[in-house]
Amino acid sequence: MDDPVILRVENIVKTIGGQRILDDVSFSVKKGHLKVLIGPSGAGKSTLLACINFLSPPDSGTISLDGKAVDGKSRKELLALRQQVGMIFQDFNLFDHLSALDNVRVALVKVKGLDKRAATNRAMEELARVGLADKSTLYPAQLSGGQKQRVSVARALAMDPKVLLLDEPTSALDPELIGEVLTVIRDLADLGMTMVMATHQISFSASLADEFLFMERGRIVERGAPSQLLARDSGSRTQSFCAKLSELAGDGHCEIAPAPRA
Amino acid sequence: MDDFFAFAWERIIPTLDAGLWTSILLIVPASLFGVAIGVSVGALRVYGPRPVVKTLDAYVSLFRGTPLVVQLYFWYFALPYVRIGDFALVLSPMWAAIVGFALCSGAYQSEYIRGGLLSIKRGQLRAAQALGMTPFQSVTSVVLPQAFRRALPGCGNEIIYLIKYSSLASIITVSDLTGMGRSLAKSSFRNTEVFIVVGLYYLALVTIASFLLKIAEKKLEIPGFESKRE
Ligand SMILES: Nc1ncnc2c1ncn2[C@@H]1O[C@H](COP(=O)(O)OP(=O)(O)O)[C@@H](O)[C@H]1O
Ligand SMILES: [Mg+2]
Repeated sequence: MDDPVILRVENIVKTIGGQRILDDVSFSVKKGHLKVLIGPSGAGKSTLLACINFLSPPDSGTISLDGKAVDGKSRKELLALRQQVGMIFQDFNLFDHLSALDNVRVALVKVKGLDKRAATNRAMEELARVGLADKSTLYPAQLSGGQKQRVSVARALAMDPKVLLLDEPTSALDPELIGEVLTVIRDLADLGMTMVMATHQISFSASLADEFLFMERGRIVERGAPSQLLARDSGSRTQSFCAKLSELAGDGHCEIAPAPRA
Repeated sequence: MDDFFAFAWERIIPTLDAGLWTSILLIVPASLFGVAIGVSVGALRVYGPRPVVKTLDAYVSLFRGTPLVVQLYFWYFALPYVRIGDFALVLSPMWAAIVGFALCSGAYQSEYIRGGLLSIKRGQLRAAQALGMTPFQSVTSVVLPQAFRRALPGCGNEIIYLIKYSSLASIITVSDLTGMGRSLAKSSFRNTEVFIVVGLYYLALVTIASFLLKIAEKKLEIPGFESKRE
């Protein structure tokens, strides 16, 4: 447990239209760890993730990356932060006019300043990693949802992020396409990628997460190891939320709380 | 029939060629200004501050809501009487026509540009920013290439319309294709032959323009951006 802290989120407050969307949220992520955000829709998970890379700047509080607090007023610091923080969106947000290869390559050229050949090589590497080397010439309109999300993972990874933020990466997918994306996420966790993921895939993430953060009305109301929170007699909010979800899905996956990642 | 060809060859074509040049000098700047106005106005109507948006919406309603002939009459016949202090602007027939066509065409063009810009999902801008792109980079490498593709068929159609409604310049005394044709028809009393050939000239212009636009669209075509031209 001596891994260094990569990302520290302290006392984040965010108000939108007079409503407190995030209310004093704090947590930190160590190198190679995966934190999972759970909670009902509208709890503030997406907003919290967007605050971390200042897509939606927090009203107050501090975001520190690698021990250095980010000055949200400095445009240069913001751009530097965003380069180092990858983001995966629920609805992929691929650039529709670019092929899979160019989706991955564009920021390598424009932001990282790589020359075209180096960018192409790197982009192909990342596409191969998510199993899409043979789809590099296809456009988003020609890809399935699962493939699109895997391209978006490749696009984020190509930037060598220190942290990857994932906002419900499988929620927009047809059930039969969820598995291929979860496999990619599992591989990343195994390779030691530092991640913060909002998801409803509780039983899947229980086997990978170091900690669950249960959010409700803009606050983290419960946190702990998955095995502890999901224990049948824990009486936790997480447990009852998970039970409700699995009842709706009819798969009864909630009782299983696999051993946490070594 | 031989008579028709002889007349066409000796009288109509030389006369119309002079008018053709005038028409081209009218259509090219008017459509360029029209596109420039359309792009600026369209972008401001999407991204501009509220008062600007309201003002430009009013401009578009005004120019789309009044007949082009009336607009041309205004620029040519009425504008000289609009005095601001001691100053009144008098436009030559040619400039009155260019201004009239450009402003009217720009109003329509801005609709297509606006639609193109609005069709790009906000999420793509967020993704670009999340990768560390500057706002300028996001707009130039993500928004514009897509908005341009979405707007191109509409903007192209508008240019084709402009070629045809350029014939209205003749009513404010411009000696364009139609103007020259009308004089010749009057002096020779051969309306049928003259106006058939005038029509063919416009048909040729429109055909060439359509062909160029089709090439541009083909060059820019991408899956998911197939153009649906009516
Ligand atoms: N741009 C916005 N304008 C107004 N309300 C917003 C906006 N973004 C989020 N909210 C509100 O913030 C709350 C949290 O939203 P969100 O972060 O998307 O939750 P979650 O991702 O957990 O479902 C919701 O009540 C939502 O309505
Ligand atoms: Mg959300």
